[in-house]
Amino acid sequence: MENGKSAGLSTGLRIDERAESGFLHSLSYVGKLLWRDKAGMIGLIMFLTVAAAAIFAPWLAPYNPLKQDLRSAKIPPAWTERGDISHPLGTDNLGRDILSRIIYGSRVSLTVGFFGVLIACSLGLLIGLISGYAGGRTDNMIMAGVNLILALPYLVFVVFIAAILGRGLLIVILIFGFTDIPIFVRITRGEVLRIRESGYVESAMSIGASKWRIIFRHILPNLIGPLITIATFEMSAMIFYEAGLGFLGLSVPPSVPSWGNMLATGRKYLTIYPWIATFPGLAIVFTGLGMNLLGDWFRDVLDPRMRRVKK
Amino acid sequence: MQRYILSRVIQSILILFGVLFIIFFMLQLTGDPVSLMVSRNATPEQIEALREEMGFNRPMVIQFADFITGAVVGDFGMSLRHRQPAMKLILERLPATVELAAVALLLSLAIGIPLGLLGGSNPKSVWDTLARGAGLMGQTIPNFWLALILIVVFSVNLGWFPTFGRETYEFMGLNLPTRSVILPSFALGLFTTGQIVRFTRSAVLEIKNEDYVRTAYSKGLSENHIYIRHILRNASIPLISIVGVQFGYLLSGSIYIETIFSWPGLGNLLAESIGNRDFALIQAIAFFTSLVVVALNLLTDIAYGLADPRIRYGD
Repeated sequence: MENGKSAGLSTGLRIDERAESGFLHSLSYVGKLLWRDKAGMIGLIMFLTVAAAAIFAPWLAPYNPLKQDLRSAKIPPAWTERGDISHPLGTDNLGRDILSRIIYGSRVSLTVGFFGVLIACSLGLLIGLISGYAGGRTDNMIMAGVNLILALPYLVFVVFIAAILGRGLLIVILIFGFTDIPIFVRITRGEVLRIRESGYVESAMSIGASKWRIIFRHILPNLIGPLITIATFEMSAMIFYEAGLGFLGLSVPPSVPSWGNMLATGRKYLTIYPWIATFPGLAIVFTGLGMNLLGDWFRDVLDPRMRRVKK
Repeated sequence: MQRYILSRVIQSILILFGVLFIIFFMLQLTGDPVSLMVSRNATPEQIEALREEMGFNRPMVIQFADFITGAVVGDFGMSLRHRQPAMKLILERLPATVELAAVALLLSLAIGIPLGLLGGSNPKSVWDTLARGAGLMGQTIPNFWLALILIVVFSVNLGWFPTFGRETYEFMGLNLPTRSVILPSFALGLFTTGQIVRFTRSAVLEIKNEDYVRTAYSKGLSENHIYIRHILRNASIPLISIVGVQFGYLLSGSIYIETIFSWPGLGNLLAESIGNRDFALIQAIAFFTSLVVVALNLLTDIAYGLADPRIRYGD
């Protein structure tokens, strides 16, 4: 944090300094708020659990997720009558350990969610800043594109594009990364327009602050809150959609252990070996629940205007 | 109001042209659309013949103009697989999808509004916990997974519903839904139910604190009267937009549910045509669902404008 870099006694500087010390203060404040909001805390723990599973998969998974063993195929979960404690969640039709595959599957989900949101958020932020700042014809053209994409039936188009481009991790990330840009453009642009009209930006302009200074010191810090909130919800939505594409056989190749691919297999054996489809679904619900609780909490803490709506 | 409607109609038409543009150029993205459509062991002659048949050897501009003029009259060419006009196949499948989406919407409203109302009017009660839980579940449970679980529990174990397929009951020339629609529509409507619960609950919480509600209480009006005449009525205006958008979502989002339940609708047709690499049909379905969604959004906006004067004069 470079703080009070230019000497001088302008009002603008003093406002900035106050904002800076406020940042450190708000960090500890945020921690306190998290502790108080039990749902948010639970959400964070759930999310960290999934993240830990993804990062430490090779150490956590009891088996190689790809190892087939037909002699121990279709074993039900350990707590059922025919279950076996060595495969806590049972095995699938090829004798692969379901627990290990779920642990490894979190890698696909989180990778797609994280990088998809990273692409969508950074490009959306850039385009939204341009749109909100340039105004006029540029703004109209960008917003026409944004409204066009937002008016489309999302699922149908994602499926359409995925069917054309074929299977692969990178392809899936790019599809979600690009199709999700409009959401971030709209949020960014809306905030830029709102903040530009605010009194403090007007006063910063009136004392001669440059365009870039206003963007970096006034607009971006205000955008962090809403963007983090939306990013959390969008990441959870992408994990959801990735599993859906996998379920249709349009996501990562079938050899890769992913929750969507596991569901696709499970569906084939649904009536005889229902556990194959049950557990990957629970993993998706667990992740989505954690991220939604976390997102709700982010929204409450980072965007006080939204607090009114909830409770 | 007329100007508002006119501008929204023009906007919708422009969006549909944008959709056609995307659908057409998406296929060109890979370089050679024919290579997408043929099987891996097709001979060069077969590929060339197909290219000739589909008109892919003509200049791009001509192809695009042809595509647009066809699309305007609803002609998207022949389905490669079915050897029938794509639009005809779509219209055949439409009733099943509409039935599914309509029942799903009704179920969502029947569950969502009362639950949201109960939750919002009794904060921190059991009802409220239930309402918040339902809102969260709707967002986090994938409908394709719920559908599988419903089949295992209610069809396989309890035997209450058929595991797949659509059965209709013919009455006075109409094909009425039977219980075969219950499980798929419940699974499909899950997200919508959650949204309606969330929306109703927060609308009630907000409106409860309005001055006119306090005035109603101070006049000594009964609780029921206030809830029905003041709170629900004011919440119902924005509810129109939720319902419109959600119906579009239900009509276009049934690909998983229809596949799982072998429901003979548009979503199933889409999944099938992806499997067959039948791109004329995929394009036609993508356009048709966009048309439905855009038209629904337009109708919703007009209804909204009629119900709320602030909208039509603000624009």
